[in-house]
Amino acid sequence: MSQAPFYVSPEQLMKDRADFARKGIARGRSVVVLRYDEGILLLAENPSPTLHKIAEIYDRIGFAAVGKYNEFETMRQAGVRYADLRGYSYHRSDVTARGLTNAYAQTLAGVFTTESKPFEVELVVAELGLTADTDQLYRLSYDGSVMDETEHVAIGGQADAITATLKDLRTSVMPLSEVFDHGVRALAIATSGTLATKDLEAAVLDRNASGHRTFKRLSDALMVSLREDED
Amino acid sequence: MSGFSPAFLSSTSNSFVEFARAVAPEALPTTAGHDLGHQVPEGTTIICFRTAAGILMAGDRRATIGSMIASHSMEKVRPADDFSVIGIAGTAGLALDLIRLYQLELEHYEKIEGARLSLAGKANRLASMLRGNLSLAMQGLSVVPLFAGVDEATPAGQIFSFDVTGGKYEEHRFHSIGSGSGYARGALKKLWQPGLEFDAAISVAVEALFDASDDDSATGGPDFVRQIAPTIFTVDLENGVVEVPSADVMSVAAEVVDRRTRKAQS
Repeated sequence: MSQAPFYVSPEQLMKDRADFARKGIARGRSVVVLRYDEGILLLAENPSPTLHKIAEIYDRIGFAAVGKYNEFETMRQAGVRYADLRGYSYHRSDVTARGLTNAYAQTLAGVFTTESKPFEVELVVAELGLTADTDQLYRLSYDGSVMDETEHVAIGGQADAITATLKDLRTSVMPLSEVFDHGVRALAIATSGTLATKDLEAAVLDRNASGHRTFKRLSDALMVSLREDED
Repeated sequence: MSGFSPAFLSSTSNSFVEFARAVAPEALPTTAGHDLGHQVPEGTTIICFRTAAGILMAGDRRATIGSMIASHSMEKVRPADDFSVIGIAGTAGLALDLIRLYQLELEHYEKIEGARLSLAGKANRLASMLRGNLSLAMQGLSVVPLFAGVDEATPAGQIFSFDVTGGKYEEHRFHSIGSGSGYARGALKKLWQPGLEFDAAISVAVEALFDASDDDSATGGPDFVRQIAPTIFTVDLENGVVEVPSADVMSVAAEVVDRRTRKAQS
């Protein structure tokens, strides 16, 4: 005896999936990406020293993610493969954050509508321009929607609180130490506590880097010195 | 455009070459061709030896097609990554492609895995890429690299030579490859000593390459007219791969030539 299928309206279906994804993302800790005068800072609250939320995709492209580790790790690796293949087939300068963001958006949207469960992730793709006014920050949601930001962008459960703290701040004209401090403070306020340096993960895309690869992780020692500059 | 194909989203491979072979084989160097051995640029002497701090690798700048000089300024020694260098002798087009692919292979692994390959791992990877090139080598388009570098496990560095079949051999003091390698190795046998300091090492490298260019028509000497110096890279654990500035090499080359001129006239 077969059961009559229940009717679920498309609106309800999408809403259920969105709620599911949002709940998963809200459980994790946040990441904030901020421009500074000589580059872009990627900053995450992450107690694990090895399971990274921030990563290098290509020479001038950085990646930050929150949500379910295995899902954003898949996205990160796909991004590295996409960028390396593109750079090898054409030229290193032909790898752009916009192209990568499109590919991410299509994949996330595809999974959101066709798979049995959406990806519980939010991503930031940051591209360091040759000059400051060509820096790009893209924020991608679990459903594949894309937003581009100008100064800073936060993702994760406390994204709204972080964005509220950083509101009206023009970080792109400030030096790294000042921006780092703003970032740490915003993360700390959102989690309503203080943040130990060992619970932070940070990296920069540095416009003054000597080689073609501009991505650099910040060591704990360097982070401590950046924090002391300001306090 | 429709997102990533499944190959992009799989997490089984950390090799760029394997990935590219699956999704974009047309982007990789072809592994079939006719016998073109007599009309493609070739040439070279590459030398490599241990120094007090680590490794030095140097190469001349000439590429030849038969008896014609095809290029005066080819760079046949390149950094493979931050802690290793690769020098290539053989068919120029394939050699430069192999370097580019190999550089990307190391970078790709580092980004996917979040850690560098060990030095021995890098050498094995290069050997297997050469093995994939074997059918071309059988048609006269051979590429033979020399690879050297340092890592935490081997801070003094290691030098690896290869053959066209992908055989990998560790060299313990010095080695040279290419058409002028016999002459360069002869010079190194007399000039090389353990624990060479930086300036002495540069001088030894220039002498050995000068000897090779003296007797091998496919190896170029220092070019004082165009100010083209041999490429010289040093590798050590503290500073990574560093290229010796061309002006410094030229001044050492001038000293070497001066010394030899005096000897010839005495």
